[in-house]
Amino acid sequence: MAETLVEMSDLVKEFPVRGGILQRQVATVRAVDGVNLDITKGETLGLVGESGCGKTTLGRMLTRLLEPTSGTIRFEGEDITHLSGNELKPFRRRVQIIFQDPYGSLDPRSQVGSAIAEGLRLHGIGDKDQRQEQVKEMLELVGLRASHASRYPHEFSGGQRQRIGIARALILKPDLVVADEPVSALDVSVQAQVLNLLTELQAELSLTLLFVAHNLAVVEHISDRVAVMYLGRVVEITDRDTLYRNPLHPYTEALLSAIPIADPDRPRNRRILQGEIPSPLNPPPGCHFHPRCPIARQGLCDVEDPHLMDSPQGPHHMAACWLRAGDLAIAPA
Amino acid sequence: MTLGEAEMSLRPDVAVPDPESLFEQPGSVWRIAARRFFQRKVGIAGLILVCFMILVAIFAPLIAPYDPYQNFIGVEGAERWAPPCINAFGCEGPQHIFGLDGNVRDFFSRVVYAARVSLPLGFTTVLITIVIGTVIGAIAGYAGGWSDNVLMRIMDVVLGFPSLILAIAIVFVLGPGLRNTLLAIAIVTIPQYARVMRASVLSVKEVDYVWASRALGASPWKVLVTRVVPNALTPLVVLGTLGIATVILEAAALGFLGLGAVPPTPEWGSMLAAERDRIFTAPHLMIFPGLAIMITVLGFNLMGDGLRDALDPTLNK
Repeated sequence: MAETLVEMSDLVKEFPVRGGILQRQVATVRAVDGVNLDITKGETLGLVGESGCGKTTLGRMLTRLLEPTSGTIRFEGEDITHLSGNELKPFRRRVQIIFQDPYGSLDPRSQVGSAIAEGLRLHGIGDKDQRQEQVKEMLELVGLRASHASRYPHEFSGGQRQRIGIARALILKPDLVVADEPVSALDVSVQAQVLNLLTELQAELSLTLLFVAHNLAVVEHISDRVAVMYLGRVVEITDRDTLYRNPLHPYTEALLSAIPIADPDRPRNRRILQGEIPSPLNPPPGCHFHPRCPIARQGLCDVEDPHLMDSPQGPHHMAACWLRAGDLAIAPA
Repeated sequence: MTLGEAEMSLRPDVAVPDPESLFEQPGSVWRIAARRFFQRKVGIAGLILVCFMILVAIFAPLIAPYDPYQNFIGVEGAERWAPPCINAFGCEGPQHIFGLDGNVRDFFSRVVYAARVSLPLGFTTVLITIVIGTVIGAIAGYAGGWSDNVLMRIMDVVLGFPSLILAIAIVFVLGPGLRNTLLAIAIVTIPQYARVMRASVLSVKEVDYVWASRALGASPWKVLVTRVVPNALTPLVVLGTLGIATVILEAAALGFLGLGAVPPTPEWGSMLAAERDRIFTAPHLMIFPGLAIMITVLGFNLMGDGLRDALDPTLNK
């Protein structure tokens, strides 16, 4: 068994909702609602779910851009949940993030080279010439040219900007990179290039990746294991092949059936979910998914909160569904 | 990791297009803004008017034929409120192209020298307001919470007064004079700048490149100074350019009320005020300072409009 890099346990993030004249707190949104997730060294863990399910919040907690409300994050066994200020600095070198929007992720006033070198400057690595040298190497590593260092972000296309964002994140030689929907804002042809780049760099720099996406097809491509999130919770987690061949959770089934197939003659068995994703302000009791679930059982799913349970096939496949995993599990349809 | 599907045949190294062929606007944000500014006539017209007034102020001693304080009492042909007399147009007497004022001083020289009062007043006041407004707005927007509340409520109190009346009250307490005029106008206009800055900071601080800076390990202070403030400043540049016009107008208004520049300092507003009883008998004493104010204010307003268009992020490309 490979070494565990990150352990998240019972991770919760609540955001206050303010209202009224005095801006009092009137409610809380649980964006992330008790997530348990381990990331193994060197793997790519895909994290999927529809927008608003808390996957970005989870990624930002993992990079400690947000402080969890409760629960713990351990990085190589060290509790980093509530570190602040200078205590975080060594951690910052080791965990980096790639953002979704290539147009928002680069400061328009900052030359590309200086943007990439920011991490080196902040951590006092090397002198000016050494930093320049490293920036040039990094630019070439991500498929750009060293001469691009003196240009401004607006001179680049979306895909190129995303490469710059990747270079900025990787220059500190981090162990873990959270890629927050790094390709969803790009053209499909460019998506493939950036995905390839990420896989190559991962092998070359022995990175661990948390790959956040709402697109199962993209995740299938890049991930070793996949976790599916719904309304702040992880509902299913297993290795990629098992998930795509034999999904347990009804939500995962619905997501998989929504992937378009490039074959007009092939019959499609689409499961269209009823209704909207419920508001995280007021999540349904019991299993968060039960109001939309085709197999929900009254008196069980709408009362009892399912946790991640081993599937009938074993502990490598876990799902938060009373009917498909754990002791009560019936065979999948 | 399997790399074998159809879309994977696109290799990153071949597929990166040369940016030069795709985008034709190299250079920093400011250089692009400058290029866009010069593409539009409005801004250029404003810039020309402003430059004209600045040149007048700088070269006032060369342009003005007389000392603005010198009076011509007892000089032959010179009388109070004398209308313009231009030799080229057939006037026989001594030449005073804007006429003479009530104290028998060459009015043209006074209007020219007054540019040396109004323009620096406008620039310094706006500079001070931008600096203070930026600090207040940036702290309020970035820190949030109670400091935001306290600062913004103070700004609301100042905004609650009609600005000119508050300025009059401040000058009344501090006493007339240019320095106090400057202070009064600065105090009255700071809230506008602080509010705009706060709003701008609020939107910039959630942009991904700011998050990226944090993730790389920059302290909150460093993030504020190196990323947030420079990117939030654009609207203030526009507001400041338009603000210079407002300051000149307000200074003129205070001068008109006798609370601005102290006589005999030439200042357009107080020049208007001094001769307001003569509007029918000696209209030139109203027209020329009025025109000077108009040209300056128009120039800054047009320039501000041009800048706003040039810096508008939604017009990118």
